[in-house]
Amino acid sequence: MKTLQERARQRSVGENLIIQTSVRMMIPFIQLFGLYVIVHGHYSPVGGFQGGVLLGSSIVLMALAYDLKTTTDYFSERANIITSNAGALIFTGVGLLCAFLGGLFLDYAVLDRLIPLGPAEWRSMGIFLVEVGVGLAVMSIMASLFWDLGSGGSMDEGL
Amino acid sequence: MKALALLATVVTGSILLYGTQDFPAWGDPTSPASTHLSEYYIENAVEETHAPNLVTAVLGDYRSYDTMFEMIVIYCAGMAVMGVLRRSKE
Amino acid sequence: MQGMLTEIVAKYNYWIYVVLMMVGFYAMIGKRNLVKKLLGMNIFQTAIILLFVSSGVKREGGIPILDKYEALKHGVDPATVVNPLPHVLMLTAIVVAVSITGVALAILLRIYREYGTLEEDEILEKIGQ
Repeated sequence: MKTLQERARQRSVGENLIIQTSVRMMIPFIQLFGLYVIVHGHYSPVGGFQGGVLLGSSIVLMALAYDLKTTTDYFSERANIITSNAGALIFTGVGLLCAFLGGLFLDYAVLDRLIPLGPAEWRSMGIFLVEVGVGLAVMSIMASLFWDLGSGGSMDEGL
Repeated sequence: MKALALLATVVTGSILLYGTQDFPAWGDPTSPASTHLSEYYIENAVEETHAPNLVTAVLGDYRSYDTMFEMIVIYCAGMAVMGVLRRSKE
Repeated sequence: MQGMLTEIVAKYNYWIYVVLMMVGFYAMIGKRNLVKKLLGMNIFQTAIILLFVSSGVKREGGIPILDKYEALKHGVDPATVVNPLPHVLMLTAIVVAVSITGVALAILLRIYREYGTLEEDEILEKIGQ
């Protein structure tokens, strides 16, 4: 373990202009692709978890090419905590809304009493809302796991 | 030590392979896993939920309670790593 | 011998995944480094996921993504669609595997900070002192 660390320090992999420029151009497209993957859950073999991992990997890519301080300038820890809690609360919020309107927990067909679209259409819409919540939570937890494991707890240096 | 581990692995593997005698053949459409409830999902999921992807329809509508707890599992893993690794600056 | 050969040909997917499972199992109990044990656990989980997904295949069956207007007009024949239930359950299993790996790596970081090594017998010596 110690010789690996010495070797990594000697090689001094630091800033590289080519990597930084190409990553800066690629990140918006990766995030757009992740959004597509979440939204197309009904028509192709993707969904909330897969899109959340893609969105989280765009943040990890930025932390790899630049350093941790630049990444937290763009997506701060406070925004990370807010996003993960918002994702979890969207899911349980939809379930509780269905329960308050008279049906069971997570019974999307009773949302028909709010806006009349038809029970089958509301079930499709309910699946979509729930997948958005899952995608947000997974995105922020992937970024948080990488930050914690890569910097060893103290969020100042590392990778 | 490694010889003992290899022996334990071979014994466990042979017990598991002996247990696959009771499994249905691969690709059998009348196996117990492919009847009873799976037929109901394949026949009725599209007209009840208007979602052509059967896996998303089962995961997001018929079994959405499991998906909620799975999201809670990821959330708890993130919190656990934060709790184990973060140190206060002193 | 003849009976065993027909058995292996009829169920060779289960045999392959049991062999993969045993590779991961040997890594979990036979290696001394803690990171190698963790990777063995990952191999084990992957083999179990593949075993379940392969058990739902039907001969000449398509993927469980249908054409919406065809399905609403004519109905679906269950013999032409692969069983979707193992796919659903294994999505949860993949996510649980990722979470377990994340928390285990965090614990390994703390062990390294405390004892300075990641070999199992050296850690047991340091605890025993």
